[in-house]
Amino acid sequence: MSSILATTLGRDFGKAPSVNRAVGEISLEIPRGELFGLIGPDGAGKTTLLRMMAGLLPPTRGSVRVEGIDPFGKEADHARDVIGLVPQEHSLYGDLSVGENLDFFADLYGLTGDDLRTRRDRLLSITRLGPFQARRASQLSGGMYKKLAVACALLHQPEVLLLDEPTNGVDPPSRRELWELLYEFVEGGMTVVVTTPYMDEATRCHRVALMDRGEFIALAPPQQLIDSLDAAVLEVALASVPEAREKATAVVEASPLVVASSPLGASLRVVVERGNEPAVAAELAGLGTLVPAAASFEDLFLTAIARRERDAKSSTARKEAA
Amino acid sequence: MTVRSIVVEGLGRRFGDFVAVRDVSFHVEKGEIFGYLGANGAGKSTTIRMLSGLLEPTSGRALVAGHDIAKAPDKVKASIGYMSQKFSLYLDLTVRENLEFFGGIYGSWGRALSRRVDETLESIDMRSLAETSTAALPGGLRQRLALGSALFHKPPIVFLDEPTAGVDPASRREFWKLIRGISSAGTTVFVTTHYMDEAEYCARIGLMVAGKLVALDTPAALKSEWVPGRILRFEGEGLVRALSEIRRTHGVVEAQSFGNGVHVRFDPGHTTDQSVLAAVAALPAVKVRLTEPVEATLEDVFLAAADRKAEDAVRGGAS
Ligand SMILES: Nc1ncnc2c1ncn2[C@@H]1O[C@H](COP(=O)(O)OP(=O)(O)OP(=O)(O)O)[C@@H](O)[C@H]1O
Ligand SMILES: [Mg+2]
Repeated sequence: MSSILATTLGRDFGKAPSVNRAVGEISLEIPRGELFGLIGPDGAGKTTLLRMMAGLLPPTRGSVRVEGIDPFGKEADHARDVIGLVPQEHSLYGDLSVGENLDFFADLYGLTGDDLRTRRDRLLSITRLGPFQARRASQLSGGMYKKLAVACALLHQPEVLLLDEPTNGVDPPSRRELWELLYEFVEGGMTVVVTTPYMDEATRCHRVALMDRGEFIALAPPQQLIDSLDAAVLEVALASVPEAREKATAVVEASPLVVASSPLGASLRVVVERGNEPAVAAELAGLGTLVPAAASFEDLFLTAIARRERDAKSSTARKEAA
Repeated sequence: MTVRSIVVEGLGRRFGDFVAVRDVSFHVEKGEIFGYLGANGAGKSTTIRMLSGLLEPTSGRALVAGHDIAKAPDKVKASIGYMSQKFSLYLDLTVRENLEFFGGIYGSWGRALSRRVDETLESIDMRSLAETSTAALPGGLRQRLALGSALFHKPPIVFLDEPTAGVDPASRREFWKLIRGISSAGTTVFVTTHYMDEAEYCARIGLMVAGKLVALDTPAALKSEWVPGRILRFEGEGLVRALSEIRRTHGVVEAQSFGNGVHVRFDPGHTTDQSVLAAVAALPAVKVRLTEPVEATLEDVFLAAADRKAEDAVRGGAS
C-alpha cells in the first residue's frame, strides 16, 4: 500500500484576479519506508504541499491520503497520530529548559518507559544538547534551538514523518548524524518526506522531486536525475596568475553562455550547454582551462532553475512582442 | 599598507558560570571577507554581538572601526551594519518602506533619504520590487533586503550572521555575488555560515570550538594543516555500510560519507591510489561505480577540527 497518495493536489492563495497558485496540480505516490525529498527554490510551494499532507491546510483541488486516511475527512483525528510534522518555524517554550521542553513533548505524545528514555538520550547525544539540559530554550544559540525543536518532534515515532527544512542553521557534524537517524527510521518502515536547501542532503534521499512554481519539474532517484543532465559540466583548472579565481568567477558570472556556476573547493565549476564549450574556454583564456568534471546534484538544480527562468523570460518577451 | 578594521584581544564573554567566548584574539583587515565558522553554540553570534556593540564583553577588548566596543558602543553601532541570525524586517511594509524605516533610524530624511533608498535598491538589485509587500517575498529576497538595510548607512564594516540560512543554491549564489561586490568596494565583511562551499569565498577563516578560536588561516592553509594526505571519492553501492571496514584499510586515515558517496583519505607515504581502490572494491557487498581524486573541502576541515573530542578538550581543559 502506498503511504502517501496525492491526486491532482493543489492549493491557491488569495482571491481573483490575483490568485497565487502555490501548488498547481500534483499527483504523487510514496511507498512506505521511502525517504522522499522535496527540492526547489524559495517559494516553490514545498511548505504548502507538506502542510496539506499533514492535514493542516485544506487543498483547493484534488485529494491526499496518508496511510489510507483522508486528513481532512472523518478520520482526521486518527491522521494526527499517524503523521508527525516538523515545521520550518518552531515554537518551543522559551522559558522552559531543554529538558523540560523534551518532557513536555513526551507528555503531549503520551510517551513513557524505556523506549522514551533511550530515544531521548540518543537525541540529546546527536544534537549535542546533553550538557545543556538545564538551559532555557530562549538562551540557546540559533542552531541549538533548531536542533531542540527537531528533537522534540522526533521523540515520538509516527508512521509518516514530514520535515520542513530540519537542518537550516545546523552545523555539518549534526546534520550528518541527523541524516543517519533518518536512515534508521526509514529502515524501520517509517515514511519520511523532507525539504532541504542543502544539495548534499538531496542526494541522500531515495527519490527527489524537483519543484518550481507549484509544479514538479522532475521526479526520480537523485543519481538518475544527475545522470540525465544534458549539458557539459566542467571544472575550471585555474592558471597560476594572481587572483585567478576572482577573475574567472567574474568572467563566468557575466557570461551568457554559462548556465550555472558554483564554487568547487578553491576552484569553480561551470555548466554550459553542449557545443558552447570552446566559446567559454575562449572567454577564460589566460585565467584557466576547462576540464570535464562529474556532475553533481547542485549542477542539476542550478541548471534546471536557470533554464526555467530563461524560458519564462523568453515567453514573456514573446508575449510582449506579440 | 593594510588597515585593520577589527582588532580583537583576549575577548571573552561569560553567562553566569558558562563561558560562551573565551580569550579570543584576531584582527580583520579593511575590505577583507572574514569567515567565522564553528559548531552550533561555539560562540559565533556572541562574538558578533560583542563586536557590534550590542553585548558587553566580560573580559578582553576589541576595536571596531577604531572604536572601543566597551567604551564607545554607540560609535561602534554607527560604524557597522549588522544582519542578525533572526533578522527583522517589517512584513507589513513594502520593500521601499522597510528601507525608509531603516534610514529614519539613522537620521536620514527628505530627498537624501529617498536618494539613498534608490541607491540601496539598485545595489541589491531589487529596484523592480520596491513596491512589493515584504511578506510576499521569498526567503532569498528577504535576505537580500535585510542586507540592503544593513548597508543602508554605508558602514565600513558589516557583520552578517548566517545571512543565507535556509536559502536555495541559486539565491545563495546571487547573495554571494553581492557580498564579493561590497568587499571589493572596500567594505569589511565579517560573516558566519554553515554552508562550507560559501566559506571558500572568504579570504581567511576563524574556526571556533566551544568558545575558543582554534584555527585561523586561509582556506588553503587550513586544508593542508587539518586534512593532510590524499582523498579519493567513491560512489557506488554498499559503501556507507562498509565505512568501518574502509577505515581499517592499510594507510587510510579517515573515511566519511559525503553526499551520495564516501571520501577516503589516506597517507600517500604509506599506500597508493591503486591499493586503496583495490582494497575498497574487494570488500563484500561493495560495488564501486566511480572513483576520483578530490580536493579536501572546508567541510573536511570542519569535521577534523570541530569534532566532539575537540569540544570536550576545550570544555574540560579550560574551565
Ligand atoms: N543569554 C544567555 N544566557 C546563557 N547562555 C547563553 C546566552 N546567550 C548565549 N548563550 C550560550 O552561549 C553559547 C554560544 O552561543 P552563540 O549564539 O554565540 O553560538 P553560535 O556559535 O552562534 O551558534 P549557532 O551556530 O547555533 O548560531 C551557547 O551555548 C548559548 O546557549
Ligand atoms: Mg549563531
